[in-house]
Amino acid sequence: MLLQIKNLHAGINGKEILRGVNLEVNKGEVHAIMGPNGTGKSTLASVIAGREVFDVTAGEILYKGKNLEALSIEDRAREGIFLGFQYPVEIPGVSITNFLRTAVNEIRKFKGLDPLPGGDFLRLMEEKKRLVEITSNLTNRSVNEGFSGGEKKKNEIFQMAMLEPMLAILDETDSGLDIDALRIVANGVNKLRRPDNAFVVITHYQRLLDYIVPDFVHVLFEGKIVKSGSKELAIELEEKGYDWIKKEQEA
Amino acid sequence: MESEANKILDEVTQGDYKYGFFTDIDMEYAPTGLSEDTIRYISNKKNEPEFLLEFRLKAYRHWLTMAMPKWAHLDIEPINFQDIIFYAAPKRKRELSSLDEVDPELLATFTKLGISLDEQKKLSGVAVDAVIDSVSVKTTFSDTLSKHGIIFCSFSEAVQNHPDLVKQYMGSVVPYTDNYFAALNSAVFSDGSFCFIPKGVRCPMELSTYFRINAANTGQFERTLIVAEEGAYVSYMEGCTAPQRDENQLHAAIVEIVAMKDAEVKYSTVQNWYPGDKNGLGGIYNFVTKRGICKGSNSKISWTQVETGSAITWKYPSCILMGDNSVGEFYSVAVTNHHQQADTGTKMIHLGKNTRSTIISKGISAGKSNNSYRGQVRISKNAVNSRNYSQCDSLLLGSRCGAHTWPYIQVDNKSSIVEHEATTSKISEDQLFYCQQRGISAESAIGLIVNGYAKEVLKQLPMEFAVEAQKLLSISLEGSVG
Amino acid sequence: MQTEHNEIISKARLIGLFEKNRKLLVRNDTKFLAVKRDKAFASFVELGFPDTSLESWSLTDLEECLARGYDYHLHPMKEMDIQKVFRCNIPHLDTAVIGQLNGWYVSKDVPLMKLGNGIIMGSLAEARKTYPQLIEKYYGTMADDMAEGLTALNTAFAQDGVFIYVPDHVKSPRPVQLINVIHHGENLFLQPRNLIVVGANAKLSLVHCDDSYNHQASFSNIVTEVHVGAHGVLDHYKLQNLNNESTLVSSVYFRLEEAANLESHYISLNGGMLRNNIRLLFNGPHGNANIYGIYLMDGRQHVDNQVFVDHAHPGCTSHEMFKGILDEHAHAIFNGHVLVRRDAVKTDARQTNKNILLTDTARVNSKPFLEIYNDDVKCSHGSTTGQLDTESMFYMRQRGIGEDTARMLLMFAFADEIVSKIAIPQLRQRIEDMVKKRLQGELQICEQCVLHCSSPEHPVEFQIDMSKILA
Repeated sequence: MLLQIKNLHAGINGKEILRGVNLEVNKGEVHAIMGPNGTGKSTLASVIAGREVFDVTAGEILYKGKNLEALSIEDRAREGIFLGFQYPVEIPGVSITNFLRTAVNEIRKFKGLDPLPGGDFLRLMEEKKRLVEITSNLTNRSVNEGFSGGEKKKNEIFQMAMLEPMLAILDETDSGLDIDALRIVANGVNKLRRPDNAFVVITHYQRLLDYIVPDFVHVLFEGKIVKSGSKELAIELEEKGYDWIKKEQEA
Repeated sequence: MESEANKILDEVTQGDYKYGFFTDIDMEYAPTGLSEDTIRYISNKKNEPEFLLEFRLKAYRHWLTMAMPKWAHLDIEPINFQDIIFYAAPKRKRELSSLDEVDPELLATFTKLGISLDEQKKLSGVAVDAVIDSVSVKTTFSDTLSKHGIIFCSFSEAVQNHPDLVKQYMGSVVPYTDNYFAALNSAVFSDGSFCFIPKGVRCPMELSTYFRINAANTGQFERTLIVAEEGAYVSYMEGCTAPQRDENQLHAAIVEIVAMKDAEVKYSTVQNWYPGDKNGLGGIYNFVTKRGICKGSNSKISWTQVETGSAITWKYPSCILMGDNSVGEFYSVAVTNHHQQADTGTKMIHLGKNTRSTIISKGISAGKSNNSYRGQVRISKNAVNSRNYSQCDSLLLGSRCGAHTWPYIQVDNKSSIVEHEATTSKISEDQLFYCQQRGISAESAIGLIVNGYAKEVLKQLPMEFAVEAQKLLSISLEGSVG
Repeated sequence: MQTEHNEIISKARLIGLFEKNRKLLVRNDTKFLAVKRDKAFASFVELGFPDTSLESWSLTDLEECLARGYDYHLHPMKEMDIQKVFRCNIPHLDTAVIGQLNGWYVSKDVPLMKLGNGIIMGSLAEARKTYPQLIEKYYGTMADDMAEGLTALNTAFAQDGVFIYVPDHVKSPRPVQLINVIHHGENLFLQPRNLIVVGANAKLSLVHCDDSYNHQASFSNIVTEVHVGAHGVLDHYKLQNLNNESTLVSSVYFRLEEAANLESHYISLNGGMLRNNIRLLFNGPHGNANIYGIYLMDGRQHVDNQVFVDHAHPGCTSHEMFKGILDEHAHAIFNGHVLVRRDAVKTDARQTNKNILLTDTARVNSKPFLEIYNDDVKCSHGSTTGQLDTESMFYMRQRGIGEDTARMLLMFAFADEIVSKIAIPQLRQRIEDMVKKRLQGELQICEQCVLHCSSPEHPVEFQIDMSKILA
C-alpha cells in the first residue's frame, strides 16, 4: 500500500477542518476526491505534503508503511510525494531551470545518486516539455512569474514529469483551465501513469474525470470522506449536485 | 490654459470660512501672560485639589527648560507667550441645572454651528460636551449615560467628582515632559472632556466634544481623557471652529486614551479651526498631542481625522501597542489651502506580540500651502509577528503648493512585516475632462474626485460626521483646479 | 611632523595637524585651490565631525570609530607595494586599471596619462600641477564643504586621489577600474579625493572598488566628485568589500547636466561601518538617473545609505532601489530624500527600499522622504521589511529542495533584482558569484577585488576574460 490515512484530524489556529479522514491508495491507482468548497480538500493535500501551518491533532498518515509525522516537507517530497498546487506561487528572480535543477539534484542526492550533468538535465527538460506540450522557452523565466493561469498549471504538470513522484496529489489542477489546457494537463497525467505510482486528483467538477479516469471517487464533506465509489459516483454527483450529499448527511 | 486653470482655482479657493463669526458674550479673563501666578489663578478659578496645582506647576517649571521644537516642516512666527490670555470663560454665577440657564447667546452660537445642546432637538444617539474658550458650557445626555455607569462630563467636573480617576490616568499616556506643547498644556489646561467606560460596557451612543475658540487674544488648552475598561467600547468625536481674526491664536491640546484588555476606542476628529485668510493672515496655531495606549491584550484604538482648518497644524495621533494582539489604526485626510501649513501623521509603537497597525493618510494641498505626512512605525524586538501597513498618498492641486512624506520605519525583529507605500499625484486632466464633458462644473468635479480620493478615510467616520466632513472637503478645496 | 601615529581622531588634533602642515598641503595649489582649501578648513572648524545630534547622522555614531588610534600620513608611504594593488598581470593594465593604495595614487609607470582620444587618467595631485585650469573648472564645484563637516575636512586635507577626464564627444572604449586598497601594518586614517569628469556627449564605465587586504583598522573619508556633461553617459559601480574593522564614509557628489544619464550601483558586501552619502543634482533638464544598491551584512556590520536627489530642473527621472539582507546583529539604515523643486515639472521620481531580516537581533531603519513643491510630477516611494516569503519556501521545499537551499535561492533572487541591472556581463557574472559566496558566508575580504584574476596564492574559480570586458 502506498498511502494509508487513518482517522486524520487536522486544523489551523485551533479550528478543526479535517474530522477523521480515512483513505487508502495503492500503487497503480487513480483516486478522485470531490466535494463542495470549504470541506477540507486542499487542507488534506497540504497536510499530506507536511505544510507547517496545519496541526495534526489526531490520527496518522502512513506512506510506504512509514509514519510521515516526523518528516520535513522536503523529505516527503524526496520520498516521492508531489503536490500540484491550486495556486502556484510566483517566485521572482528564481529561474525555472535553476529551480528544477536544484530540486532534481537534491532529490538525487537524497537517493544517493550523483547530480545530473548539465547537458543531460537540459535534454531531460526538453523531453518533459514536449510531454506537456510546452513550446515556449522557459529557461530564462522566473518560477510562475507572469504566467497565465493555464501556464501555471501546465508548469505544475511539467515539474511533476521532471521529478517523477510516486504519489502525485493534484489540487484542483483543472480550475481556471480552458478546454485545450485541460486536455493537455490530463494527457500529461495519463502519460505519467505507471503501475508503480499513484495519483490523487482533487477536483470540484466531474469534467476533469472525463480525461483522467479514476479508479475510485471519494466525496469529502465537512472534513470527512462520506461516500466512496467507482467513477460512476462522479457522474451521479454531477447530476444531483452536492445538495444531495448534504441532504443525505442531514438525514 | 495655465492661467485659465489658475483663474478657476483662485475663484474657488476663495470660499469663505463660514464659521468665522464672533459671539458677544460676557467673559472673564485671566491676566495676559504666563507665570506661576497665572497657573495659580486658573487652578484657583477651578477650585482644584492640591495635587492638580502641583502637577501644573511641575509642568510649568519643566516647560521653562524646553525650547519650541523645530524639526517639523513648518515655518512658524515666534510665539510670544506673554501676549496670550491663558484663561477666558463666559461668565456664570452658579452651577447650571438646566439648559434654560445657559446664556442664550451661547446657545445661539452652538445652534449656528449646527450643534444643538437641547437634548430634545438633538439627533438622537449623540451626546455632546460643548467647550467654549476655556470651559465646558454644557454636556448633554450625562444622565442617560450614567445609567450605564459611563462617566461623560467636562474635565473640570471630573476633577471635582472623580479626582481619583483623574489622578490615576491623567499624564499616564502623555506625561508633561513629553514635548514642549504637552508641557505647556499640562501647566495651563482649562477644560476639556472626560470619559470613562466601565468594564464590559458598550457605550450606547456616540460621544462628542465641540470646541470653540471665541474670545480674542486667547489660547485654548483643553485636555481630554478617555478610559475604556476591560471589554468596553466607545466611539468619540471631536469638532472645532474659531472666529475669523487677523491675529494668530494658539491651541495646544492633549488627548489621552487608555484601552484595557479587549477594549476598543474609536476617536474621530473633524478639525476646522479658522485657517487664516487667503493671504495667510490670522488663523489658529494648532499644536496637539494625541496618544492612546492599548494597555491590555486584544485592545484597539482607532484614530480618524479630517483636518481642514488651522494656519498651522502640528499633530501626530499615536498608538502605543503594548498589549499582545492589540490593534492601532490611523486614518487621515489633511487638506491645506492658501498659506496653510500642516505637519501631521502618526506614531505606531509596537511593543506587544502579534500587534497590528494600519495607516492610511491622504494629503491634499492647494494654493501656496505645504502639507507633510510624518509618521513613525517602530517594531520593537519583543513585538514578534507584528504587522504594519502604511499608505500615504498626496494630491497636489496647483503648482505652488508642496506635499511631503516623511516616514520613519524601524524594525527590530525578523518575524514582523512592515510595508509602506506612498504616491504623489495630481487630479488627472482626463478625470476632469470626463466630468466636465458630462456637464459637471470644474469645482464640483474636484469636489467629487477629492471625496473619492479620501473615501477610504471618510468611510471610517461615524455617520453624523461623515456628511459634514464631505461638505467641508469640497468647501476647503473649492475650485483648486490644477 | 609628516606622520602622526596612532592617535585618536579628534577635531582638535586635525585642526592642529592642518595648521602645522598648511604649507605642505597648499604647496601645489593654485591660488584658487588654496582659497578653497582654507575655506573648507574654516568650515570644518565650525562644523567639526558629525555627531548623532544631526538628523542625518542620528543612527550612525562615528565616535567609537574615531576614538581608535590612527596614523595620518602626509606623504606617500615608502613600503608601498604596487603588486598588492595589481595582484596579477591583467592585460591592458596600464590603460584600464588604476589604483590607490592607502589613499595615494599608484601606478606602474606614469602617474598621469593622456590617451590618444584625449582621455586623461591618473593621479589627482599630478593633474593639479599639469592641468590646473581643467581642475579649477570642476574641482570643489560639486562637493558641499559648507554643509558636511567630513567633506570640508577632506577638502582641507585633500592631497591625492584619482582624476579621470573624458573630453566632450569621446566614448571611452573600455571600462575603467579604480581599485582603492587599504593595506598597512598600522591603523590608518585616509582622505582620498577623486574627480571624475565625463564631458558632453561623452561616455564612461567606471568600476570603483574599496577593498582591504588585511584585518587592520582604518578610517576612510573619501570624497568623489562626478560631473556628467550634457547628453553624457556614466555607468558607475561602487563595490565595497572591507574588513570588519574598517570605517568608510564615502561621499559621492553627482552633477548631471542636461539629458545626462547615470546608472549607479552600490554593492556593499562587507565592512565594519559603511556610510554612503550619495548626492545627486540635476543641473539641467531631462536628465536620468538610476541608483541601485544591495547590502548584505552580518556580524555587527553597519551600513548607512543616504541618498539625496535634487530635482532642480524639469523633466528629469530618478529611480532608486536599495535592497538589503541583514543577518546576526547587523544594522542597516536607508535614508532617501527626493526634493522636487518648484519649477521641476514632469519629474518622475521613485524610491524603493526593501529589507529582509534573518534574525531578531538584526535591525533596519528606513526613511524614504519625498519633498515636493510641484503638482506636475510622478513620485512614489515604498519601503518593506520582512522575511523570506513563507509561501515560496513551502513551494520549493515541496519540490524536494532543502530548507537551507531554498532560503539561499530566495535570498539570491532577492539580491538579483539589483545585480541583474549590472550592464557589463562579465562583471555581473563575477558579482553574482561574489553575492552567492557572501550569502553562503564564504566570501573573504582581502582576497581579491572584483576584476582581479588568478594570482598564484589565490586560485580564483571564476576566471574573467578581460579581453571581453575591454572589447
